[in-house]
Amino acid sequence: MKAAAFDYTRADTLDQVLELLSHGGDEARIIAGGQSLVAMMAMRLARPEHLIDINHVDALAGINTASDHVAIKACTRQAAAMASSAIKREVPLLAAALPLVGHIQTRNRGTIGGSLAHGDPTAEVLLAAVALGARLSLASIGGTRTLNIAEFSVGAMETAILDEECLTEIQFPKPPSALSIGVAVDEISPRAGDYAIIGAAAELGLAEDGSCGHIRLASSGASPVPVLCGPTMEALTGSRLGDSEIDDAVQLINPLLSPESDVQASAAYRRRVAPGMLARVIKMARDKAEIKRTEGRTS
Amino acid sequence: MTHAISVTINGVTRQAVVEPRQTLVDFLRDQLALTGTHVGCEHGVCGACSVLLDGEPIRSCLMFAVQADGHAITTVEGLREDDGTLGILQDSFWETHALQCGYCTPGMLIAGQDLLARNPDPSDEEIREAIAGNLCRCTGYVQIVDAIRLAGARMRQSPEGSGAENGDD
Amino acid sequence: MTEQSARRFVSAKRRPKEDGRFITGAGHFVADINRPGMLHVALVTSPHPAARITTIDTSEAAALPGVVEILTGNVLAGEANPLANAVDTPGVKCYPLAVGVARYAGEWVAAVIAETRALAEDAAELVEVDYEPLDHVINAEEALEPTSPPVHAGHGSNILYRRTFTWGPVAEDFAGQPHELSFKLRWGRSAPVPVETFGVVAEWDTGTEILDVWASIQMPSYAEQIAGALRIPVNQVRAHYDVDVGGSYGVKRGIKHTVLAGFLARRLGRPIRLIEDRLENMVGGDMHGPDRHFNVAVAFDDDGLIRSMKLRVIEDVGGQTGRAPFQLGKPVSAIVGAYQINSVEYEAIAVSTNKTGQAAVRGFGMSPTNVAIETAVDKVATRLGLSRLEVRRRNFIRADQFPYLIPSGSEYDSGDYHTVFKMARDLAQFDVLLARRDAARREGKIAGIGIATCLEPGGGNSAFEPLLNPKNETTTWPESCVVKVDRTGGITATIATSTSGQGHETLAATIIGEELGIDPNDIRVVHSDTLSGMPGNTPVASRMAIMLGGAAAGAAKKIRDQAILIGAHNLGRTTDQVRYANGVVSAVDDPSQSLSLARIALISHREFHNMPPELTEPGMQAIHVLQVPKGGTLPTADGRVQMYPCYSFAAHIVYAEIDRLTGKVTLPDYCIAHDCGTVINPDIVRGMVIGGAAHGIGAALYEEFSYEPGGQLLSGTFVDYVMPSSHEIPDIKLAEHCTPSPLTSHGQKGVGEGGYLGAPAAVASAINDALSPFNIECLTLPMRASLLSDLLADQLAETES
Ligand SMILES: Cc1cc2nc3c(=O)[nH]c(=O)nc-3n(C[C@@H](O)[C@H](O)[C@H](O)COP(=O)(O)OP(=O)(O)OC[C@H]3O[C@@H](n4cnc5c(N)ncnc54)[C@H](O)[C@@H]3O)c2cc1C
Ligand code: FES
Ligand code: FES
Repeated sequence: MKAAAFDYTRADTLDQVLELLSHGGDEARIIAGGQSLVAMMAMRLARPEHLIDINHVDALAGINTASDHVAIKACTRQAAAMASSAIKREVPLLAAALPLVGHIQTRNRGTIGGSLAHGDPTAEVLLAAVALGARLSLASIGGTRTLNIAEFSVGAMETAILDEECLTEIQFPKPPSALSIGVAVDEISPRAGDYAIIGAAAELGLAEDGSCGHIRLASSGASPVPVLCGPTMEALTGSRLGDSEIDDAVQLINPLLSPESDVQASAAYRRRVAPGMLARVIKMARDKAEIKRTEGRTS
Repeated sequence: MTHAISVTINGVTRQAVVEPRQTLVDFLRDQLALTGTHVGCEHGVCGACSVLLDGEPIRSCLMFAVQADGHAITTVEGLREDDGTLGILQDSFWETHALQCGYCTPGMLIAGQDLLARNPDPSDEEIREAIAGNLCRCTGYVQIVDAIRLAGARMRQSPEGSGAENGDD
Repeated sequence: MTEQSARRFVSAKRRPKEDGRFITGAGHFVADINRPGMLHVALVTSPHPAARITTIDTSEAAALPGVVEILTGNVLAGEANPLANAVDTPGVKCYPLAVGVARYAGEWVAAVIAETRALAEDAAELVEVDYEPLDHVINAEEALEPTSPPVHAGHGSNILYRRTFTWGPVAEDFAGQPHELSFKLRWGRSAPVPVETFGVVAEWDTGTEILDVWASIQMPSYAEQIAGALRIPVNQVRAHYDVDVGGSYGVKRGIKHTVLAGFLARRLGRPIRLIEDRLENMVGGDMHGPDRHFNVAVAFDDDGLIRSMKLRVIEDVGGQTGRAPFQLGKPVSAIVGAYQINSVEYEAIAVSTNKTGQAAVRGFGMSPTNVAIETAVDKVATRLGLSRLEVRRRNFIRADQFPYLIPSGSEYDSGDYHTVFKMARDLAQFDVLLARRDAARREGKIAGIGIATCLEPGGGNSAFEPLLNPKNETTTWPESCVVKVDRTGGITATIATSTSGQGHETLAATIIGEELGIDPNDIRVVHSDTLSGMPGNTPVASRMAIMLGGAAAGAAKKIRDQAILIGAHNLGRTTDQVRYANGVVSAVDDPSQSLSLARIALISHREFHNMPPELTEPGMQAIHVLQVPKGGTLPTADGRVQMYPCYSFAAHIVYAEIDRLTGKVTLPDYCIAHDCGTVINPDIVRGMVIGGAAHGIGAALYEEFSYEPGGQLLSGTFVDYVMPSSHEIPDIKLAEHCTPSPLTSHGQKGVGEGGYLGAPAAVASAINDALSPFNIECLTLPMRASLLSDLLADQLAETES
């Protein structure tokens, strides 16, 4: 398992990256954390002729907070994002997703952008991005375009990134500050730390009266890319989030699912577990939000 | 095309010329003869190849040596105390027999070392999380958890991290 | 035998000798070996499960700079013999590289040898092989049919071995019982999958005409098999046993790898390194484990006493033969488990399919069989409405019945199953556990308690070989130890095996230290090679504590006897007027009159004039070759034989919960009580038991080499083949009991396999207890989350409709 031969350039600036990509064609490839790419190269499932290392491009790492979102530069390590108090505070759903991504050693190298660019359909960062409606900036020497996550993530292991483009930044929207927020991410995976078989993410906000004023939901593992659970979100907005309401509402995602069987689970399993997992995270998020709401009232 | 690199390994700066496709673990083992770091899968799952990169644990099979240029690496060979005695964690692994064949051991030590540096008093659950990315087929992990717990307690007793006792009780 | 109370080192908590090198990164594994001029091998593999190889075009690959040689099966087969078959199947011919026909997807078709491994891989991609796909068979039950595509056409059918053994009056016993039950059980294909793959370095020395072999090997008759295939005398193969093995648990056999590397080393005159990468290991390394279909029936009375059992096993050995069919043999040694079952019918079938080949796995076929036996016991309890504990207690062989002869001819040496079982029950706080389970169920959880026992036969003489192959007359599997005292009194022991984590250096040093009263830390233990070494059979079959321990004790006693002779002579006493203790020979009547071992050693090496006349050889060394206790007989015509001398016992109790939504299993509590006789080193024993149980949990819940109908392996990486991590393995608690074996040097028995033999049965028992309120059962391992969830969902759908 040795990678096929390639040329290597350590880039120092984004311009250099874009320049190299512009003449590289499909043989040039960015390496970020390498936690997916190097394994694929070792198995010769990927064989780029030219690797462009973005780990030393300062402009591609860092976390910035704006009024309505947090912008994470693509080559920010998953471990750095996990340790970031800004992310814990402002994008709690991403903070809840990150501990489920691989292991300490892989998060120390793996990046937020690399995870999204790799496009594994059950990646937890992608799940959170879909739930929150993240926006992604893609740069090339021709300029920068911004896509929303639905435009970006087009299929299993398939993204809208063009050969000459570099993903530079991901904007994760903040939850509305007026509400009591609760989040939860959960999954069933073959082993702790593995990619999910079925995953789900919920961010919701309770108004002072306990009704649901904000809800973002996504489900992964029963569709080629994680699905934003629109019908369930609609059904639950304004509700009191009672258990049975939730159990009914999650069934509305059924038409969005197109599960397939593999070694780990049958299609029937995925279809059955996806709504259940969604209900589970909604209830977990609700309970957390409820605690905040009661705390808010007493303090 | 080859690249000249300079890497500080266990405190010593080494210059070398590498092919881009050479992984960090192959570089350590084949070029520097530091064979303490092991290869179990070459696709990032087993953790046997774990080393510290600038103090943080990583998989050395998922990084190319050329990428390590300018960085500091610590391998299992670098875990002894400065005076050559066993490190507290190494000694604790021996005390609890936290290994059998020894193949996963370098990676486990790296993972444990990192955990205790971050968290001197970890719970068992935190220990299990810290080594969850390192597969061991021999031990069933229980004695490894024991070793890291023991090392934590010992380190807390001797905060300067003074050398552990070598040899038998 | 030294008395337990008087022991200084045996059973004491002492740091294992080997650990020091592994915690400092100073082990010597095969991949650490670097010989000057060494070449590297990569393999070209078949993409088809069955195909005729029409042409192999190597020209493009050979032209790549750095490529030295490309070897195909036809060339190899022209100059080498086929690999040995376990059972008598002369029509089955396997070589390291496919010859004419590929028999599974991933089988090695050509070897590329180059200056670096990366270059070899580059070239392997350029080798062009034309295949003509053939029909294939993946399912073992289908492979039994005469119409199924033949995996080895020369053999005529896919059945490599089939025999029905009847031990005792099975028909009468079934007819005479009021109850009978039967079921099918499936043990999915898994394997130990050591974290180190198999590797070998081979070097032909044209001067000495010796083939040096360094390998991560655990294989009896290794050098003999290599020599046989390479058509050279055995004394031209020198396998080095001082290579640390990064885990084996049975599978590090590597015969085909070594034959290939040895062949190339001789052909090319340069050292050859063949270290499997993980893909080669999982797909083409021929190291998969048992893959079984069971039919089980038991006959029992109203009290739950099991009178008789019928067991039919189809073992799917895959596309290579090797020793795999023999794994049907070891279960014969404990075919009734811990129970007084009067008669047994055992139909053993080994069948070829177009899957990866099989190697020996920890327990050599016993772990799956134990699931079958223990499941039967649980079912008897359920059928009669009795407690599973009680049914076991009623059926156990009692402590006063040992030695106990089982129907298949083995005599169990010693044991106290009732006591150990009670210890497990107490350790688990069984009543509290029951209350916890019932409370969990009332909360709507799916919870169960698993109970299983297992026997661990140890120290065997390989009697399954003659049992399954009448042309094989093996009735001994000795193990040896040499102890030398140098002229300064320093002690060095030589053992004739490599070690893969079991602590043989510690074992030998502890026992020699005990016998000679010398601190084991001061005793050096080295590993021989096969030319300088002594008879040995490597650490298979839970045998080293018994066999190497016994050999070490025997050699040490011979040294002690020599010391007493020399000491008495020089103290002017007779041998019964002196005493040996802690490395000193002293006069009984005047202990101040004494000679140290160092002084005695100097006499023996240098001062022949001071030697007693009985000793005609200078120097102090002793070899002890231990015959297997109770070994030495061939099976009877009806297939009865004493297979293993010593029988350890363990009882597992585990609490499991199954997540109602996802089917995910958690094991919050896991307790094992076990009895392996005298413990030599407590930490090593603890590690073996827990590690074995963890391995068994993997086989029960997570691990499988799955194939799709097209014959492709779906779990050939560490991502898809799910070995449990620290999160999946609970904090396993242990209790120990000691019933010494009357047959061994210190009362010790085997312990390397028991955890693995008990855990799958215990976990399966827990799962089925948890499922029982839903009236469903799961008799397929591994019991993946999705499988359990699907079963529950189907049942729910059925009750609703
Ligand atoms: C043992 C193990 C367990 C894992 N478990 C999980 C898990 O549970 N969940 C999970 O989500 N992931 C998991 N991963 C994968 C995760 O660790 C990776 O971090 C992630 O998939 C890729 O990120 P990376 O930064 O390493 O990207 P790389 O591997 O460097 O790159 C991945 C791909 O993205 C492209 N790319 C990277 N950055 C950019 C960019 N800025 N612009 C354009 N293209 C880019 C690369 O060219 C490549 O094609 C696991 C990995 C391992 C080894
Ligand atoms: S060898 Fe690097 S993780 Fe297995
Ligand atoms: S000690 Fe052998 S793999 Fe961990």
